[in-house]
Amino acid sequence: MASSDVKLIGAWASPFVMRPRIALNLKSVPYEFLQETFGSKSELLLKSNPVHKKIPVLLHADKPVCESNIIVEYIDDTWSSSGPSILPSDPYDRAMARFWAAYIDEKWFVALRSFLKAGGEEEKKAVIAQLEEGNAFLEKAFIDCSKGKPFFNGDNIGYLDIALGCFLAWLRVTELAVSHKILDEAKTPSLSKWAENFCNDPAVKPVMPETAKLAEFAKKIFS
Amino acid sequence: MAERSDSEEVKLLGMWASPFSRRIEIALTLKGVSYEFSEEDITNKSSLLLQLNPVYKMIPVLVHNGKPISEPLVILEYIDETWRDNPILPQDPYERAMARFWAKFVDEQIYVTAMKVVGKIGEERDAVVEATRDLLMFLEKELVGKDFFGGRSLGFVDIVATLVAFWLMRTEEIVGVKV
Repeated sequence: MASSDVKLIGAWASPFVMRPRIALNLKSVPYEFLQETFGSKSELLLKSNPVHKKIPVLLHADKPVCESNIIVEYIDDTWSSSGPSILPSDPYDRAMARFWAAYIDEKWFVALRSFLKAGGEEEKKAVIAQLEEGNAFLEKAFIDCSKGKPFFNGDNIGYLDIALGCFLAWLRVTELAVSHKILDEAKTPSLSKWAENFCNDPAVKPVMPETAKLAEFAKKIFS
Repeated sequence: MAERSDSEEVKLLGMWASPFSRRIEIALTLKGVSYEFSEEDITNKSSLLLQLNPVYKMIPVLVHNGKPISEPLVILEYIDETWRDNPILPQDPYERAMARFWAKFVDEQIYVTAMKVVGKIGEERDAVVEATRDLLMFLEKELVGKDFFGGRSLGFVDIVATLVAFWLMRTEEIVGVKV
């Protein structure tokens, strides 16, 4: 398939955009990256995602697919014979991957994001408690899903690795900003090791933003 | 309630008034899967529920051969992948992506917005009704030329959208507003 057949509307700093980028890398699918300018939305984006008007949007032969985790599944379904499987093959393992991915978006990431906005000490303490509970859940989930292998998906990174790993750069930026270790090797040793392995994966490295660059960007948008 | 075969043990912890619980029953029924239904009192959650869904402590929870699955959309996909007759999700990857998109839209946008009507009056209520109507228009467009979201027969989005067909209408009656 020609590379012009696959386009991704996104932005370098968005963890949600990172998800389909990693998936496309895993499947060795070339694509055109259409970078949105921060603060404005292109005509193409508004036309391709009229419901949410959000990135990422995958355009495959001009047909739009929206919602990052849905795009990742679409990539896995469409290029099923290329590269490793992004979702596990067993229905129960797939259910676990989807369950935790939804939890990460609905609870864990919401807590992480609110940390940066948290006002007083009380609010910060509440967020820290939420994140620690979440991390404990995820540490156990990792042990259950990985079954002794380096990733949630086993030997190779997959859907759940991508769903959580995309937030690692923002996690580091948040840790620096609030001077608090959110992902603590002492409390979540397996998850910490996994994070290191994930960031070193060849499908991830090219699209993971540098912490310094992201921190500067964060200062700009949160000021 | 239902017979249990030796090879499969399917149990559903649910609640009669919950659209999320009912949709699982619809899916299991469509697939011809026998299951045991366990009605939960959500004001007094059973220790079994808390044990099987420690993260959200909510119904529905499907238990298949002792293994629990939570979150309605996750359960629906699990059912579709485990019992292959009468497929709920389409085969084509793009159609599947669309089905997942609209299902998420119903649960995260329509349901959440519509439920805000509870306890509101006057202008605030009007704003919620207006917002819900706008969201429903997106769904309306998807039905053009089709009897069901799934085409000729019930599919994933139809099952999820029973929330709209049934529960939204009941809420209209209770709250006294027509969306």
